[in-house]
Amino acid sequence: MASLTMVEALNLALHQAMEADDRVVLLGEDVAQTGGVFRVTAGLLDRFGESRIVDTPLAEAGIVGSAIGMSLYGLLPIVEIQFDVFVYPGFEQIVTHAARYAWRSKGESPASIVIRIPYGGGVRAPELHSDSPEALFAHVPGLKVVCPTTPSDARDMLLAAIEDPDPVVFMEPKRIYRAGREEVSEELPFEIGNGHGAPAELLSTARVAREGTDLAIITYGATVPLSVQAADELASDRGIQTKVLDLRSLYPFDIEAICSAASECGRVLVVHEAPRHAGLGAEVSSLIHERVMLDLHAPVMRVTGFDVPFPQFANEDDYLPSVARIKQGANKVLDW
Amino acid sequence: MAMEIIRIIGNGSEVPDAPVPEGLGGKDLLELYRWLILLRTFDERAVALQRQGRIGTYAIYWGEEGTQAGALYACEETDWVFPSYRQNSIGILRGVNPATIYAWWRGYGGKLGFYNPRDHRTGPICVPIATHLPHAVGVAWAAKQRGDSVASLAWFGDGATSEGDFHEALNFASVWKAPTVFFCVNNQWAISTPYHKQTASQTIAEKASGYNMPGVRVDGFDPVACWKATRDALDRARAGEGPTLIEAYCYRIAPHGTADDPRLYRDESVTERWRPLEPVNRMTGFLQRLGILDEDKEAAIRAEAKELIAASVKEMESYTQPGQEVLFDGVYASGRPWTFDEGLEELRSVERAAEVRPVGPVPASSEQGGDV
Repeated sequence: MASLTMVEALNLALHQAMEADDRVVLLGEDVAQTGGVFRVTAGLLDRFGESRIVDTPLAEAGIVGSAIGMSLYGLLPIVEIQFDVFVYPGFEQIVTHAARYAWRSKGESPASIVIRIPYGGGVRAPELHSDSPEALFAHVPGLKVVCPTTPSDARDMLLAAIEDPDPVVFMEPKRIYRAGREEVSEELPFEIGNGHGAPAELLSTARVAREGTDLAIITYGATVPLSVQAADELASDRGIQTKVLDLRSLYPFDIEAICSAASECGRVLVVHEAPRHAGLGAEVSSLIHERVMLDLHAPVMRVTGFDVPFPQFANEDDYLPSVARIKQGANKVLDW
Repeated sequence: MAMEIIRIIGNGSEVPDAPVPEGLGGKDLLELYRWLILLRTFDERAVALQRQGRIGTYAIYWGEEGTQAGALYACEETDWVFPSYRQNSIGILRGVNPATIYAWWRGYGGKLGFYNPRDHRTGPICVPIATHLPHAVGVAWAAKQRGDSVASLAWFGDGATSEGDFHEALNFASVWKAPTVFFCVNNQWAISTPYHKQTASQTIAEKASGYNMPGVRVDGFDPVACWKATRDALDRARAGEGPTLIEAYCYRIAPHGTADDPRLYRDESVTERWRPLEPVNRMTGFLQRLGILDEDKEAAIRAEAKELIAASVKEMESYTQPGQEVLFDGVYASGRPWTFDEGLEELRSVERAAEVRPVGPVPASSEQGGDV
């Protein structure tokens, strides 16, 4: 066991995957010599050499596109996108090819790539370094989209994403990259490199981050710890017991966990950092209303980012869902 | 920038034939000829099928068979090739059932309309422009990383050189010294957009110099020259010297596709001046002058192709519309997410409409369109 931050846990996963399976390669901007701008890939170059960890030219379509070709040849490429919005030049490759290779090969030649995207705000970054583009990918058939929140989930889910035959968009909430440490077992969560893929639950299930029966907050990424904090305050303020559900998998959703949380609590608040319109909160809300509406005591409500460009960082705390806004949203649902 | 155009086949009179390049024996030339005839037969039959409403809109490659067969014949079986839609049937020279390609144009997916690229070292038919070029680079990089003597080749048109993916692929390949051949079929037209509106470069080949790779120009209507240029590029690639950009200079004699009417945007009398240069007749004359093809042999090769294609059409027409599950099949290699089960259940709970007859978009000028 080691006490690791999310960055360290991701780094551990990369070391373990590359050690266990020589088909795993990693490519991206500044990933080798520098070890990545967030240091997620630190140490890999020394350990595995430049034939497996590649500093690429600065071109995301080329990075994602060549990774697709590598996968066709039988490698298991991991792509690092340096910052969220930098994925947009690679968007076409992800949508028209990565997401469709399995389908257009009768399921036989999927693009077995992982696209790691450090995303989200709260790190006082310049313009266009703070977006939350996950809904764009969750809307694309053929992709899996996941987002870990804890260091041990980060490690296990990244290993699973590498092992999974399908393309996985792996959202990394960079605001909580180093927010806390957790004991992470160095033992592998499953056997890797044997061709059997990953246990499905690692890429398709939600996690209960906090138990409760009065209200369910459904969220993912950097707003999970904020929601837990809000829940704690609701308990002391009002004696409300709030369940916090960390979605982890953004496509597919863990529909059982979502519906059972809604049914059990009867009141649901969805929280995310991305803009509200056509965000994942709308999907969660729709699913709950379609399936368990009669178990609800109030409509599902949302606390999200706004439908504006992510602001210059002097105002990012005005944009980001805060504990105060989450509590306000929770109170609206509770008092409806 | 003046650049020599590689040409082997002359015109039988004032332009003499060059010697047959080393590495191409009589048997090879006949096999290459058989490939040309097969591609031509597939294409002509596809246009007829579209006119009869038996397949949907089809992208015609009539006249470009030499760029396809010539380049492919230069490849080893283990090399990977990446077609655009203009090379849609190239897989049939790599073991793909022609009926599968016809079924693709018939609008069928799943096991009827798709092939597995890994079975044939042939990329899927790439519809978005230039996006398959980085895939070719990735395959080549991976092969090199694995220590395999495997190269890759991608075909694309002059229009594709305007796309960012063209630049990124050439740049990556060059930086990585990836064993990739970029084969540009410069047919001078991207639907209605002529070459001079596509690029200010005098040639496509000269773009290679920006990537510090060789750029060569070849007569795109000369299958033997296409073979030679590709073989030289592959030799370089396999020797670890990196990628090459080939510009196969030709002309799009056919419309862009069956829904296109070139009379709307170009002078077709110019097209008619290019038509006699088309590769099948030129290759026929070349082989006759070499004394390795006579009328009987030519007739036999054409009959064989006709028979094979007829059988493929028959097979395609024996296929029935895929079931509704084909929407969901293979989208994820790891299995169906729950949303798919619900989708299929919803589909199956209402009556299914009858299969529609394939009709492509109406030609831009309907009073003139409708024939090739």
